[in-house]
Amino acid sequence: MFGLDSKDSKLLLIVAVLALAAPFILNPFPAGSELAQFNAGYPDLMQRFVIFGIFAIGFNILFGLTGYLSFGHAAFLGVGSYSAVWMFKLLSMNVIPAIILSVIVAGLFSLLIGYVSLRRSGIYFSILTLAFAQMSFNLAYSVLTPITNGETGLQLTLDDPRVLGQTATADGSIPVTNLFGLEMRSTYELVLGAWNFQFNAGYYLSAVIMLASFYMAIRIFRSPFGLMLRAVKTNQTRLNYTGMNSRPYTLAAFVVSGMYAGLAGGLMASMDPLAGAERMQWTASGEVVLMTILGGAGTLLGPVLGAGFIKYFENIFSKINDNVLHGWFAFLPDGMEDLLVTIVHPFVGKGWHLTLGLLFMMVVIFLPGGLIEGGQRLGKLLRRKSAKQDDEDANKSASTAAE
Amino acid sequence: MDAILLQTLNGLDKGSAYALIALGLTLIFGTLGVVNFAHGALFMIGAFCAVTLSRIFSWSYTVIDETKTDFLGNPLKVDVPYVQAWFGDEMGAAIIDWSVPLAIIFAIPIMIFIGYAMERGLIKHFYKRPHADQILVTFGLAIVLQEVVKYYFGANPIPTPAPDAFKGSFDFGAFLGMEPNAIIYPYWRMVYFMFAGIIIAGVFAFLQFTTFGMVVRAGMADRETVGLLGINIDRRFTIMFGIAAAVAGLAGVMYTPINSPNYHMGMDFLVLSFVVVVVGGMGSLPGAVLAGFMLGILESFASMNAIKSLIPGIDQIIIYLVAIVILLTRPRGLMGRKGVMED
Amino acid sequence: MGILEVKGVGKNFGGLKALSDVNLSVQENTVHAIIGPNGAGKSTLLNCLVGKLIPDTGSVMFNNQSVLGRKPHEINQMGISRVFQTPEIFGDLTVLENVLIPCFAKRDGAFRLHAFEGVRREKELMDKAMQMLEDVNMADKRHMHSASMSRGDKRRLEMAMCLVQEPKLLLLDEPTAGMARADTNNTIDLLKEIKEKRDITMAIIEHDMHVVFSLAERITVLAQGTPLVEDTPENIKGHPKVREAYLGEAH
Repeated sequence: MFGLDSKDSKLLLIVAVLALAAPFILNPFPAGSELAQFNAGYPDLMQRFVIFGIFAIGFNILFGLTGYLSFGHAAFLGVGSYSAVWMFKLLSMNVIPAIILSVIVAGLFSLLIGYVSLRRSGIYFSILTLAFAQMSFNLAYSVLTPITNGETGLQLTLDDPRVLGQTATADGSIPVTNLFGLEMRSTYELVLGAWNFQFNAGYYLSAVIMLASFYMAIRIFRSPFGLMLRAVKTNQTRLNYTGMNSRPYTLAAFVVSGMYAGLAGGLMASMDPLAGAERMQWTASGEVVLMTILGGAGTLLGPVLGAGFIKYFENIFSKINDNVLHGWFAFLPDGMEDLLVTIVHPFVGKGWHLTLGLLFMMVVIFLPGGLIEGGQRLGKLLRRKSAKQDDEDANKSASTAAE
Repeated sequence: MDAILLQTLNGLDKGSAYALIALGLTLIFGTLGVVNFAHGALFMIGAFCAVTLSRIFSWSYTVIDETKTDFLGNPLKVDVPYVQAWFGDEMGAAIIDWSVPLAIIFAIPIMIFIGYAMERGLIKHFYKRPHADQILVTFGLAIVLQEVVKYYFGANPIPTPAPDAFKGSFDFGAFLGMEPNAIIYPYWRMVYFMFAGIIIAGVFAFLQFTTFGMVVRAGMADRETVGLLGINIDRRFTIMFGIAAAVAGLAGVMYTPINSPNYHMGMDFLVLSFVVVVVGGMGSLPGAVLAGFMLGILESFASMNAIKSLIPGIDQIIIYLVAIVILLTRPRGLMGRKGVMED
Repeated sequence: MGILEVKGVGKNFGGLKALSDVNLSVQENTVHAIIGPNGAGKSTLLNCLVGKLIPDTGSVMFNNQSVLGRKPHEINQMGISRVFQTPEIFGDLTVLENVLIPCFAKRDGAFRLHAFEGVRREKELMDKAMQMLEDVNMADKRHMHSASMSRGDKRRLEMAMCLVQEPKLLLLDEPTAGMARADTNNTIDLLKEIKEKRDITMAIIEHDMHVVFSLAERITVLAQGTPLVEDTPENIKGHPKVREAYLGEAH
């Protein structure tokens, strides 16, 4: 399918089905029930899943394949967001030109930063990207205020020109983002018994773009270009003595991943047309690193999984408070219940970042391949139990499938 | 002239903090070869040692003062800190007032212990792993430490004043025979600068004049050879990690009156300190100190109005700009040894 | 006129003279060994040939083109491949992928953005790589993770990666360093086989006299950064200067 072999086609198909049916899959609990708070099938959260998925897929093309650890990718996401909002201010509220511009601007910006940063490798590369990102962040906050609107963030106003669209709607409010008239915020609600499923135009646009990005990533992974990037990671010296110039390869990977970040930023602004400098801060770059590693750097599915995992639990954990905890442990004797609530309390609610930090450390220490590796190990264990013979071919196919 | 002097002085206290953190980072990188992204968190923990101690000192019990009444006519309740009850009013008040300097004594064993535990419990397992893994795991640790502090102390900055004796400013201009009030410099910043100088001198003296320090320096230069001599270098390196943690912690303790500590101050300083280490030269201790002060002063100069109006925004990016130029033209930094991580 | 002409090459490190006035001429389709005691400058010379170092003086001509100032990948594209002392392979990749990469380098040059074609669809290059693996008896290991192989196999793979590019000149940097006798003999056999099957020029830097005398047709002896003599193996064996350089160093 689309020039992929059967295994990759299957992978793409699974992701496509999951993404398109997400409003159902992420909404397993009937509305109003005790468990409804664990539903994730509402537009805002689903949009975040796929948009951060795109960001992580792109980051993985750089870090997962070449091993260059960038701590500055949030800068490209931020630049993408600013470009998109400017497009909404100046041209029209159609998301297509906005997204295209954000990809182009992020691409150019990453070309500039990548060209300089890639003259060094290892930790120096990480620090250079960090320095560039912090510089961009500081500039966005200070001198570039005319472009970025400083601390307030860039927003739409009623006197933006919007030469191809309208400055204000008939009733005098700011127009909303749309795809040739289809409003991004428009949501079709399907009520089936106790369930309430929401199908949001913005989510579906993001999901389709995410699938296209995922498809492109598969093609890159399986291409000679992807092979060279993996060669850069394992032995750059050998690659150079084999007649390959590693720098343009890494630069191309850097720019591609920067464009993915710009795409994510543009989409973010398309869903909610504002852009702030905090999107560029290095801790935001750290987040995409976390997603990629947690899911499994260098694997196809890992980054998407990591992005979804982190965004889902961020949402759920922040909702859990002591009342919820007491509800959970109510079956225990009072003393035990209180003790457990006290123990769990720091890790939920506002403590999500603590849990995330711990989880991340655990993954780096015990499971460097991330959730994907965890799944593989589990699969191996189960297989060994069911059929005791050591089936090496099957293990191999499992590991190549995940690549 | 006085403007230059003023900016130089203003740069010194920030430069001191950069230099102290960068010194610890370099010690760790030079001895253990580990890139420690959690070092900023150690600085932050140091600052919160001071906060904790000042809170412990102000633990109070309530007494009812029958001689006075509050505005409702009831007998007045007075909170009396335990230290005042134990050491007498005057002594107790002085202890509370001097909580920040006293926190130094309190922080040293705690920081050494934290450093020791960190190295034995976590970092040790990462010597043989790639630098990227070291960055990642220490980054995770930094998040955890900062979130733990946030959990106990909240997200808002906690003002922790200097002792009364050091409040106010010193008229440096008048001291030098210039116009009064031309150069005013807070006393505590002077204390911080001198304190940093003493710590830096102490670390250098320790490495220079003790056998322990000599072995560590030899180990920094060539780990294998020293190992071959039958000297247990790893054990000494662990202790160095503790010392580096203590240096960062003390830098944090003394910094509290300058900037009220908050849970993310470590991350803020970390990025800059890494830049400092890179500019000074990975693995070079004098380089780290020199670059720390240099960048602190540069930053202070860049924030002068005359310069800002010439190049807008320069104060925000000067440090990064310098780092980028240095990394591209002289990858081993100002004083780095040839061949140490030049790629 | 040889395929590789080194004239008057000198290189200093600080005050240390690593090479001075080195002249060397490697003739096409011969095996030329460069020997010498430790610290004679063999590795420095090799690094000057592949672009890792730039000599302070002199010229290095390959096929009548200067290699000086070119980057390693450009020199490789001119037709020089290099085998390292410890085998440099792509450890994370499979054996087949290891051999495919030089095939791409040979066909596409130093950089080509071929990001959408699948590697598996490059039938011609796949066949070429498979053929090469069969030539070195590694076809059955093609799906192996190359880092998990024995050192001997890694060496064999590295040779295959160099040979599949059909280089005009193959440089070998102590190909048997640190090997057991049996592995050394295997490597000698492999090199002999390569020489018989293909038209190839080889320059070997070697410490082990056994290897040198079993392979070389021409030998240059390097001592303290300058060539002492250049002659056939028979003449080198009994040459007084060579004995002096080796034994003199030892005592």
